[in-house]
Amino acid sequence: MDIFLQQLINGLTLGSIYGLIAIGYTMVFGIIGMVNFAHGDVFMVSTFTALIAFLLLTTVLGITSIFLVLAIVLVVAMAFTGLVSWSIERVAYRPLRGSFRLAPMISAIGMSILLSNFVQVAQGPRNKALPPILPDVIVVWDSGSYQVTLAYKQILIMVVTAVLLFGFWWLVQKTPLGRAQRACEQDRKMAALLGVDVDRTISLTFIIGAALAAVAGVLYLSYYGVVNFADGFVPGVKAFTAAVLGGIGSLPGAVIGGLLIGLIETFWSAYFSIEYKDVAAFSILAITLVFMPQGLLGRPEVEKV
Amino acid sequence: MSAPMLRAEGVKTQYGKIIALRGVDLDVNEGEIVTIIGANGAGKSTLMMTICGAPRASEGRILFEGQDITRMPTHEIMRLKIAQSPEGRRIFPRMSVFENLQMGAALDNYAHFNDDLERMFDLFPRLKERLHQRGGTLSGGEQQMLAIARALMSRPRLLLLDEPSLGLAPLVVRQIFDVIRDLNATEGLTVFLVEQNAYHALKLAHRGYVLVNGAITLSGTGRALLENPDVKAAYLEGGA
Repeated sequence: MDIFLQQLINGLTLGSIYGLIAIGYTMVFGIIGMVNFAHGDVFMVSTFTALIAFLLLTTVLGITSIFLVLAIVLVVAMAFTGLVSWSIERVAYRPLRGSFRLAPMISAIGMSILLSNFVQVAQGPRNKALPPILPDVIVVWDSGSYQVTLAYKQILIMVVTAVLLFGFWWLVQKTPLGRAQRACEQDRKMAALLGVDVDRTISLTFIIGAALAAVAGVLYLSYYGVVNFADGFVPGVKAFTAAVLGGIGSLPGAVIGGLLIGLIETFWSAYFSIEYKDVAAFSILAITLVFMPQGLLGRPEVEKV
Repeated sequence: MSAPMLRAEGVKTQYGKIIALRGVDLDVNEGEIVTIIGANGAGKSTLMMTICGAPRASEGRILFEGQDITRMPTHEIMRLKIAQSPEGRRIFPRMSVFENLQMGAALDNYAHFNDDLERMFDLFPRLKERLHQRGGTLSGGEQQMLAIARALMSRPRLLLLDEPSLGLAPLVVRQIFDVIRDLNATEGLTVFLVEQNAYHALKLAHRGYVLVNGAITLSGTGRALLENPDVKAAYLEGGA
């Protein structure tokens, strides 16, 4: 019971991060039908942006309030990562729109390699560490031999994720911008016939997806305290898996998929072997896809017309 | 006579190597209902979409109120207050009826949203009953009403209507045509209508054009075309 509770907390934390990244995959897939393989590396760029911003703010500017620093880091990382993602779409995907289906995907793989190699050259191949932040924990439950703890960092991650997801949901469901975004997703041509600037909407989709990945990046950095140029790959693939598991194209699906992958991973690590945690996560994906090819919340192919 | 609201001059449209329109000339004057009739594949819907810039005309010019719109992007053309209820209705299937109407009102910046919504309920009471249902679950007739209402929500100066009668029950067709006639008579709405149902379309329209294989072969008043023997033989035999 005590280990179960601890792993539940850890799993939800990790799952929140996957869910935030997964939204970027699912939104882009929904609107232009491509898997943006560079998204994981965009996430990685955000962790480095956050790291650099953090160090600048704390050492050069000497700001001591950790919450102020984190808030600024969050804004900087979201803005810069959004810019990177916007540029990628303009340079590498938009010219290929209307080309054969695989072309933008190959281009995306190229951008993924470009980003990770650029960061490797610019920042070096070694792990970069952040001084520990928010080290305090709350003891939730003490069984005598085992303490279940909830770190401040974990609370921060879950609260930020919940608030942002709510804000994001509101944006997509209730604002004209979100409506235009959904319209482009459902019928791009008709959206244009109703005066929606489709190119601009697609750009915004990339920016929003990247900004959420940047939030995940800041949280990831503050949680693990270490980043590496290769960190785009595994979290990226996991988040993509989460998006597919939840039903690609479905926003709630991406979040639920992310939480599930996070939970599967942590529980498997706790009760079975930690070496095989990725195998467990991907096996669940494979099994789900065999029985529910559209994912958990994906829509069935048939629509009444 | 003043310049026409919409003018096409020698418009050609191609899909790759396939030529869909081979030089179409036509005028739509303010306050008119003009119809294009023609068989399947004659290029009627292509003409409608070419006016909206998707696809663009490969040759010729399209003028709206004197302004050349041939090379403008689709969303900017529509912002000139042209609205289209397209072929196949293209309702957003995973949006509610209300949201579909909101999409239409975006072109009007939601300036008259509540008034226009009430007006649509008067024109199409069924939409009020279905307001929070998803677009994809509506019947064909309801979707057609929604497509027209969505187009009207933008308060267009020119309404492009592509096959509003397709696949609908005669009673619904009559209802939709009555609405178009009323809007034209009371508000002076200019309508450009594409129809396979030549009899109804020509009865409704002030003027008409006949499109055959991507070119205009005949034009005249609605009544004149109705009585033209060629039109009768090709489009009205056993019709209505």
